[in-house]
Amino acid sequence: MQPTIPAAADADAAAVTAAASGTAAAGALNQQPSSGGSAASHAAAPNSASGNGMQPPITATAATAATAADVVPVPPAGQNDSTIAIATATSKGPSSLTANTAAAPPSTAASLAPSSSSAEAASYEATHVHAVYESIAPHFSATRYKPWPVIADFLSSLSPGSVGFDVGCGNGKYLGVNPGVHMLGSDRSASLVRFARDHGGVERSQDVAVADGLSLPFPEGRADFAICVAVIHHMSTRERRREAVRALLDCVRRPSADGSGNGDDGGKILVYVWALEQSNSRRGWDEGSEQDLLVPWVMKQKKEKKEKKKTKGKAADEGVEPAEAGAEDGSSGPPADTTYQRYYHLFRKGELEEDVEAVGGKVVRNGYDKDNWWVVASRCS
Amino acid sequence: MKVLSLNFLTCAVKACKSTTGAYPLHPKDAELVEDDLEINSDLLLNIMPRIDWPALSTTATELGFPSLPAQPPTKEELEADEKMLRDLHHLLMETQMMEGKLVCGNCGHEYAVREGIANFLLPAHLV
Repeated sequence: MQPTIPAAADADAAAVTAAASGTAAAGALNQQPSSGGSAASHAAAPNSASGNGMQPPITATAATAATAADVVPVPPAGQNDSTIAIATATSKGPSSLTANTAAAPPSTAASLAPSSSSAEAASYEATHVHAVYESIAPHFSATRYKPWPVIADFLSSLSPGSVGFDVGCGNGKYLGVNPGVHMLGSDRSASLVRFARDHGGVERSQDVAVADGLSLPFPEGRADFAICVAVIHHMSTRERRREAVRALLDCVRRPSADGSGNGDDGGKILVYVWALEQSNSRRGWDEGSEQDLLVPWVMKQKKEKKEKKKTKGKAADEGVEPAEAGAEDGSSGPPADTTYQRYYHLFRKGELEEDVEAVGGKVVRNGYDKDNWWVVASRCS
Repeated sequence: MKVLSLNFLTCAVKACKSTTGAYPLHPKDAELVEDDLEINSDLLLNIMPRIDWPALSTTATELGFPSLPAQPPTKEELEADEKMLRDLHHLLMETQMMEGKLVCGNCGHEYAVREGIANFLLPAHLV
């Protein structure tokens, strides 16, 4: 899995769905517009799972959410309000898309104990993360090719012969960054793993495996490093997010305890997660926004793309505006775009560091980079 | 998947990880391919201290390679012995397991390897 949402993929994603909570399936789809309505300039239609008159991407959104809510009554880390807020993006301004929900303040939401059992959380993620990546893998992979500088620098700084893991390697764009180290990639998505294997060309196949981030097949304390980019924000409870960090720390070498001054401080992990604070992004989320979201991934139909080219120019290739898409979505028309919903937990400032420290990690460096929080950490002992 | 990577894989079942039987995983019905890769001596020499040598010996034997020496060669020995370096390069880097299974010696679970990709997803009862 890869860093999030560059232009092409979600630009036309019109809906932000606050991950519904509550117990009853139907309750999870209470169709109240968020308090005060959408902050977006386009009126947000109060949504209905079986409703009509919605713009196509949102229709798909609601349908997906409804299914999920039926299957998984208790979704992620505890909110009490069951609200789906629809904000309509116009792709015209960076902050036109705002998740304006009846959300608890971030600190409250984050400090609540997970409201769902581990099995329920796993099942929720199976629907809202794993299945989605399987479906969007080719499209997703095609939009993920450029290594991010902070991560590339981390990998390039490793000493020759280092051995480590890329947990959630997605299409494998980091596996070949430093040819002087040996990396083994893993991902929950078998489809993405195949892309990762061939990332450097068939001649230079990368070593990859399909594995769950909470059940990694890596021996304890052997690796010099482990990176985990844009993965842990897909875990739907804080407990699971921390377990994921713990699993990474478990992979890497412990610091040597000789205390003589030239001791080795052990292996390092690098973790990237999506930030809540990204007011300068197209999505416009910021402190106080809902932290647990379903974020749409819109896959365009080829046919429609061609048609769109005729009318190109207004929105570049950022996709059609919802209303426009609606016009194209006649039942006899071309196939509609398919919208997939991925679950995200947006990390507020300091939250990732708390999670690292809660499971025995020591933060070595940290920072904010392109709407993400990142941490380099080692084991305390 | 290179033999080198097999040296860094164990059973994904949590209860197995602390057991000695879970590591290394045992190849079964393994189909191997041999790549022709340029030797990277620097990488090899630096990787050697990170290798679990007894585990590598086990894996090599199970894959049908001649027995490895009981002790890993030192850096100086490797630098002075090009044939040994080439043999290690061949085993660790050029030999890939493409098909077959990796079996945990503790719980007996078999992880399928297809087209060089091992699948470590666990059935629900083993998670």
